[in-house]
Amino acid sequence: MHRVLVPLLLLAVALPAGRAAAAGSTVVILSTTTSTQDSGLLDVLVPMFEKKTGYTVKTIAVGTGQALALAARGEADVTLAHAPAQEKRYVADGKLLNRRLVMSNDFVLAGPGDDPAGIRGERSAVAAFRKIAAAGARFVSRGDRSGTHGRELALWREAGITPSGPWYIESGQGMGATLGIADDRHAYTLSDRATLLAFGRRVRLPILVEGDRALLNIYSVMEVNPANGPRVNAAGGKAFADFMVSPETQAVIGRFGADRYGQPLFVPIAGKKDEDL
Amino acid sequence: MDLIAGGVRHALGLLVGGDPEVWAILWLSLQVSGTATLAALALGVPLGVALALARFPGRTILVSAVNTGMGLPPVVVGLFVSLLLWRSGPLGGLEILYTPLAIVLAQAVIASPIVTGITLAAVQSVPEAFRLQLLGLGASRRQMVWVVLREARLPMLAAVMAGFGGVISEIGASMMVGGNIKGQTRTLTTAMVLETGRGNFEVAIALSLLLLVLVFAVNWALTTIQQRRSG
Repeated sequence: MHRVLVPLLLLAVALPAGRAAAAGSTVVILSTTTSTQDSGLLDVLVPMFEKKTGYTVKTIAVGTGQALALAARGEADVTLAHAPAQEKRYVADGKLLNRRLVMSNDFVLAGPGDDPAGIRGERSAVAAFRKIAAAGARFVSRGDRSGTHGRELALWREAGITPSGPWYIESGQGMGATLGIADDRHAYTLSDRATLLAFGRRVRLPILVEGDRALLNIYSVMEVNPANGPRVNAAGGKAFADFMVSPETQAVIGRFGADRYGQPLFVPIAGKKDEDL
Repeated sequence: MDLIAGGVRHALGLLVGGDPEVWAILWLSLQVSGTATLAALALGVPLGVALALARFPGRTILVSAVNTGMGLPPVVVGLFVSLLLWRSGPLGGLEILYTPLAIVLAQAVIASPIVTGITLAAVQSVPEAFRLQLLGLGASRRQMVWVVLREARLPMLAAVMAGFGGVISEIGASMMVGGNIKGQTRTLTTAMVLETGRGNFEVAIALSLLLLVLVFAVNWALTTIQQRRSG
């Protein structure tokens, strides 16, 4: 047996325990939505922040609902999300502090090229949703309480429709997987523009409705109230939030993605208010 | 087809080109799952031997529990280990959530019942008459266990392979307790999920090929030992 055990033991010794036991105050836990990670933006911003401040960031990329819930429990120090209505509730409850706008991009309504519900060129997203429901055309929902899902539900509410029936498919997965299902099932779906661009090579889902103000996608950064739980790193959380709205970071955000997609993926909006947009 | 061919080419490029990030991910996966397997052996072998040799009330229930544990869903382990390690959880003071150590812990929980169950079966497969004969020849109980373990060493290697294979390929627990943090807790499987989510299918295919090669290499090494000893 020890010919097996010796190499395994060596492996165990080599496992750097020091990395595991980093001092609490230098670690910042960021809970955020998958789109900021999937787009690659955080791969650029996090190393910048770490170099500048000496903090180590642990990025936990989950759906916006979970990202906000983790922050509200004090399991994170700072959160970057894109669900303004939910965010404002947490801020009103005092769980999250100092909500500041960081960047925006937009949602688009994509669907099959032959457009069975005839929504192409429709200016209003709500009107397009009504047409889809009236035609009973297939629609794939994220169904995962993400920011995108929240926006989709808000649009259905505004349209006065409770989506249900065989045409309404809930994927329960991330945006990429949902686009794949929509492509496969010949269905409409609501996507953030960045993910749709990233999947442009794999799915044949043209953008049918865009540019409506109701499709604006706003990302905000919020600090976690230290009262939410033990061991919240309030100083580290604030440092990251400050970094996200600093002019230097905002300039990087405004350029990000241009080299790969021919257009930047986000618009920097730090300093603005929700009403300005 | 061009996508799969592209993935294979990409995998070769990553390996031959020695992409440092990919090598770091590969190395971390090997370290974490290797350590977890080792911990599972330390716990599972004595427990398996004890369950195989001892007779006590409730033993059947315990053995059934071990057998159930062999199919423990990693995502369940991930959830409970997360709850324990949360800042607000009972072990929050350790501050090891989202570290490689947390993944080792979760994977050890997953692998331990597998090692215990296979050890139990391996020891029981040694005929009882042989054990009695050893004791009859004047062997102490400790010596008897040692000889029985030596007899059962081939199936025991299968326990190592099953335990390691189970944890290196699991995703649910690694994702939940590790957090898939770049440069810290990103393993082969969580990186694969991320790259698929990003639409980088070639990279995801390349990583899956690396995982298969890694598991094959480890199993090949263990099988070589197993078959040589048996010959």
